[in-house]
Amino acid sequence: MQRHVSKVELVTASVIALFLVVVFPGLHAAGAVSDFTIKLWGKYLCYGLLAISVDLLWGYTGLLSLGQALFFSLGGYMLGMNLMLMIGEDGQYFKSGNNPSLLPDFMVILGRTELPSFWKPFYNFPFAVAMVVLVPGLLAFLFGFLGFRSRIKGVYFSILTQALTYVAAVFFQNALIMGSNNGFTDFKRILGCDIRASATQRGLYIATALALVLVYAFCRWLTTTKFGLVQRAVRDSETRALFSGYAAANYKLFVFVVASIIGSIGGALYLPQAGILNPTEMMPEKSLEAVVWCAVGGRGTLIGPIIGAIGTNALKSWATRAFPDLWLIILGGLFILIVLFLPKGIFGLLGQARDFFAKRKPEAASATAEPAKP
Amino acid sequence: MTLSRSLKFLALAGAITSTIFTAQAADDTVKVGVLHSLSGTMAISETSLRDVLLFTFDEINAKGGVMGKKIQPVVVDGASNWPLFAEKATQLLEQDKVAVTFGCWTSVSRKSVLPVFEKDKGLLFYPVQYEGEELSPNIFYTAEAVNQQATPAVDYYLAAGKKKFYLLGSDYVYPQTTNLVLLEYLLSKGVPLENIGGGFKKDESGKIISAGKYTPFGHTDYQQIVSEIKQFTAGGKACVISTLNGDTNVPFFKEYAAAGLTAETCPVVSFSISEDEFRGLPAKQLVGQLGCWTYFQSIKSDANKKFIADFQKWLKSSTVPGIVKEGRVTCSPMVLSYNGVYLWKAAVEKAKSFDVEKVVAELEKGISFDGPGGKVTSQKNHHLTKNVFIGETKADGQFKIVKEYKDVFGEPFLKGTFKPKTAAK
Repeated sequence: MQRHVSKVELVTASVIALFLVVVFPGLHAAGAVSDFTIKLWGKYLCYGLLAISVDLLWGYTGLLSLGQALFFSLGGYMLGMNLMLMIGEDGQYFKSGNNPSLLPDFMVILGRTELPSFWKPFYNFPFAVAMVVLVPGLLAFLFGFLGFRSRIKGVYFSILTQALTYVAAVFFQNALIMGSNNGFTDFKRILGCDIRASATQRGLYIATALALVLVYAFCRWLTTTKFGLVQRAVRDSETRALFSGYAAANYKLFVFVVASIIGSIGGALYLPQAGILNPTEMMPEKSLEAVVWCAVGGRGTLIGPIIGAIGTNALKSWATRAFPDLWLIILGGLFILIVLFLPKGIFGLLGQARDFFAKRKPEAASATAEPAKP
Repeated sequence: MTLSRSLKFLALAGAITSTIFTAQAADDTVKVGVLHSLSGTMAISETSLRDVLLFTFDEINAKGGVMGKKIQPVVVDGASNWPLFAEKATQLLEQDKVAVTFGCWTSVSRKSVLPVFEKDKGLLFYPVQYEGEELSPNIFYTAEAVNQQATPAVDYYLAAGKKKFYLLGSDYVYPQTTNLVLLEYLLSKGVPLENIGGGFKKDESGKIISAGKYTPFGHTDYQQIVSEIKQFTAGGKACVISTLNGDTNVPFFKEYAAAGLTAETCPVVSFSISEDEFRGLPAKQLVGQLGCWTYFQSIKSDANKKFIADFQKWLKSSTVPGIVKEGRVTCSPMVLSYNGVYLWKAAVEKAKSFDVEKVVAELEKGISFDGPGGKVTSQKNHHLTKNVFIGETKADGQFKIVKEYKDVFGEPFLKGTFKPKTAAK
């Protein structure tokens, strides 16, 4: 693993970032890219954020979290509460005169006449955004604090995170006050802009792309610092790191909180672009999907999981239309092939190719040795 | 390469070539979207609707198509994934530019695609019983509204002399809403509050916001609830109204039979079990219990006999990959899908255009179609007037029809329309 960012990488990353943040939305504004495509790519990039959050934990710290979709959904729910309140006079019950106090429609169906008090602050957009960071961050802190202090690790950590997200999914499914299993949908505006307008969708896409680039840069920086070195030391041998005088639990806790907030930001950006959020998004299989993206793209590389998330979802979008009966076989087959022949994922192909050429020049081979598997 | 692998590759190659051929769209076709889950938890129910839609398209195409144009189905898989439903709907409308879409089963999938259909001015036909409280200008609900399933069932019970009603459901929006409507309906019929079982939840002001007993998805332990029902039936003349979903019906009815409760002592009417569900549920424990739909396979009419025979014949010769050919039945959501296609066809031919606005205008004026379940007529409020049937479950998973309500008007907004009968209190 390189500690310093090379010039080649810096230039490549900048070019890709520039394309995602400026050129692609520019093409959309000019009409060369359709509304459908920009919305789709906005969603893929949100999945990219989720994948980074898994990679930071799994690839760099050796914590296989099977509950990242929980934080992704929580972020969505926090912003969603604001968007539900912003529907206001466009709701069907207001139009028919049955909703003078402008509640979200699902509350009217259940006979409520007053907004529950914990909903009220969400009228304020900055408050909702603050909650996107705070609520999942706090949950991750509490869960991590208790878990890591009790030295829960390995598969036990994975099982607990999976249990956590399952419990949350069941809770939200039964929480009628949060929309129950229908969740939040039919948003009308965000920050006063019509959410269906093509300019708003472009704005949301740009915000997503920018968030992804910034988060990537932050994570790339973090993993090259001394902190990153300790992080990997914990991954490779926690006992050794402990005996060298590093409080492994604190490092893990910090990474877990940061990763959860990254996931949550992804979810908050996902909500207005996907147009719906409900408790099925928290089910364990959604978190497992994100782990698969990481494995497919190449974990412990940051860029690999992004490629995995975008690639897998783009393939899914295409195959569910082109082969509605066979797409699962196609996707599953591909995953098996990748695991069999590309253990380091798609991005690992680069490394494999480099190793292959390095073998031809024996003296250069030692310089590119990869770290041991976690 | 092993045999199974090479078979898989062959299947893939076949699928690729077939799509390449079908992709050559000609001017004499019209694209129609089919948006159902073909994988995931809902696939077991929704695949049947995909099958019946493809059958209907073939039937129409064999007779010359719609206004001389052959229907070219665009089938996509929503994969029981609600955001994916929205994405697929956008794709159908913005990329494939389909004239109409038939699809969705769960309310959440419909709510997921609703904003898309409104934004892109598409047209969706929705075929499955639902809780109402919705009316989109871009959706036509061929489904049963609450007053075409739940309230007729209550009427039937009242006529049979039942005095006590126990409400039981899975904990989500459809049962909750349906039961709130039923509560108002029962009160309006003079049934006192203490004769309605399952419990109530009230908000801070004392207003009832939830009526009935609810269990989560996948719940298996019904011992306590059944013993509660048994106590409830003590005075006789009691019945259960169940909106339990899918798998949870198996442990419930097992426990129900074990507790000695029968269709004679305390009948259960279920709104989520049709013939198609009995392909996966044992019918034995449900014998004598009631179902209420706007179609049963056991309807004895020539139109229904022909529909069933033609569908079975089509299944035998179908080449859709993975289609189930054995033990197939027909049920209400399937027939409502079938009716939807014919109503759309008739509206297009009347409007002489595939334009959504013109087609909807024709549908709103009222179009009738003689389907397998009898005559259905489209209404101005985007629902259908149709016949409602009550049936008793038989051991083979079919229903014996015991009551028919003719031409029931579909009404989506029922909450607050039934006023309690104060005199009876």
